[in-house]
Amino acid sequence: MTTTTPELTVPPAARVPAGTKAHTALTNRWASFAAVVIAVLWTIPTAGLLISSFRPQADVQGNGWWNFFTNPHVTLDNYRAVLHGSDTDLATYFVNSIAITIPSVIIPISLATMAAYAFAWMKFPGRSVLFVAVFAMQIVPIQVTMIPLLTLYVNPPFGLPQLAGGDAPGGGFYTIWLSHSIFALPLAIYLLHNFMKEIPAELIEAARVDGAGHVRIFSRIMLPLMMPAIAAFGIFQFLWVWNDLLVALVFGGGSLDVSPLTVRLAELSGTRGQDWHLLAAGAFVSLVVPLIVFLAGQRYFVRGLLSGSVKG
Amino acid sequence: MSTGEKLVQMGIAVALFVAVVGLMLFLADRVKSRRGEVLQTTAFVLPAVLMIGFGLLYPMLRTVYESFRNAGSTAFVGTDNYHHIFTDHDQLVVLRNTAFWVIVTPIAATVIGLVYAVLVDRAKFEKFAKALIFLPMSLSLVGASLIWKFVYDYKATENDQIGLANQILKWLGFDTYRFLLTEPWNTFFLIVIMIWVQAGFAMTVLSASIKSIPDDIVEAARLDGVSGMRMFRFITVPMIRPSLIVVLTTISITTLKVFDIVRTATGGNFGTSVLAYEFYVQSFRSFNTGLGAALAVLLFLLVTPIVVYNIRQMRKLEAR
Repeated sequence: MTTTTPELTVPPAARVPAGTKAHTALTNRWASFAAVVIAVLWTIPTAGLLISSFRPQADVQGNGWWNFFTNPHVTLDNYRAVLHGSDTDLATYFVNSIAITIPSVIIPISLATMAAYAFAWMKFPGRSVLFVAVFAMQIVPIQVTMIPLLTLYVNPPFGLPQLAGGDAPGGGFYTIWLSHSIFALPLAIYLLHNFMKEIPAELIEAARVDGAGHVRIFSRIMLPLMMPAIAAFGIFQFLWVWNDLLVALVFGGGSLDVSPLTVRLAELSGTRGQDWHLLAAGAFVSLVVPLIVFLAGQRYFVRGLLSGSVKG
Repeated sequence: MSTGEKLVQMGIAVALFVAVVGLMLFLADRVKSRRGEVLQTTAFVLPAVLMIGFGLLYPMLRTVYESFRNAGSTAFVGTDNYHHIFTDHDQLVVLRNTAFWVIVTPIAATVIGLVYAVLVDRAKFEKFAKALIFLPMSLSLVGASLIWKFVYDYKATENDQIGLANQILKWLGFDTYRFLLTEPWNTFFLIVIMIWVQAGFAMTVLSASIKSIPDDIVEAARLDGVSGMRMFRFITVPMIRPSLIVVLTTISITTLKVFDIVRTATGGNFGTSVLAYEFYVQSFRSFNTGLGAALAVLLFLLVTPIVVYNIRQMRKLEAR
């Protein structure tokens, strides 16, 4: 295996004409230079805000973060202020983000795994039509569904209890959980179904001959085998929900009581736009969890990303 | 609600869900007959299908219906809402901006991702170098917008600068610039944020694809004296064409739905609104449900062909 970058795999000299060699050397230097430029451009903005989050307020608002290197003052006051200050109070929103995210990951993945199993291994009339219909719903942008869905929550049919509004149970979390779950289902069913189909049919047949029902096959054979796929989608869904702004804005009903970090940060960016010492620390409070999840589950991530970016 | 109450609510919701699903499966498992098969199938499929039916299919049809009705949904107005989108000055700016976003972001992000993937391939610090570019992908778009708003921060030329971009202008001897306020270029400075986020995605997918180019092809080309730019142009790019298409279409879809960046960075002011943001404003700020619905349907219509093409390419890619 070789690469298209001559930079690092220096070809044996005998094979390469002298002219090409000179040309290669030239592109090499430019190539390395370009790589470094891109890497720096991609890192500096984040580094600047990260450094600012540790500088005292007067420094942050008085001069640029690059002055930190000649005049280093480090403080944790910004984080203290942003987490527990009465007007920012991000600790509360951090809890909201957790309370929103965990059910919004568990519920759709469980339901999707079950449905994927049914579509892959159960025989029932209309199976393929139904599967194609579910698959096709991936196309729908969530914007298209929002207002009618919100209306359903406020005025539910069949005399079901109201899910949105002041008297709603769970203080308004239910609409966010339910919405995230609904929006995740088509993609999750499709992906998990693809994984399930790869499991050899003989395994299922053998279990059925031994008298195992679908529920047993599902819980004893399928779930353990599906764990990598479930983890992959779980990480993807976690990041999606944690980083979401639109669903929380629309279905949280504008009530800050159930708003996640993203909503609060966006709010602060509007009302406290010049308080960069707070915004910087706030941004990193919200970034730390997805960063950890991402670094821990990196190897599962790419496939989820590739197939998941259609979502939303 | 206090912190404790919220976590209790969360616990209740999860426990309730697990109990209901568990009970359903347990009961379905007990019935051993043909009726039992039907019951089990129902228990497995019905919850998801009901949620999709009521949560996606019905609302979608309803929105299409609403898009032909007036602001308060009290009367039919035919295609007036659509007509408004394509004739009103503000809406035309929205359409223009959306076009800028969808044309510039996928191309720029893919080119940068591809060039970088090629440059760091097999380099000593490849893993680290890739992580640097990929990290923005895990951040929220709100966080990314804050990071860049800080870069773009404006102070008058004679003052000390906080934003790096204006400091660089000052070092170079130029006047400072209102990156987020000056039309129409501010849209492009917002697009930079999306490129910054999406390049990592392009780089990761394309890098995997580059690594799967067979050795003998590269070696044969090398023996023929092909190297550097020509290798890139005639070997690498043609070999990874399917992945390139998937990356381009995927980023186009994401970009069409961009909302967070516009809302956080400019709030859609100064002529920076885009389709997905305008939908939100019309639906939830101006309470013009008819126009909001029409904007959502338009978004749907624009996304659909790209998604269909994307899925077909992806299946081809997986089949290889």
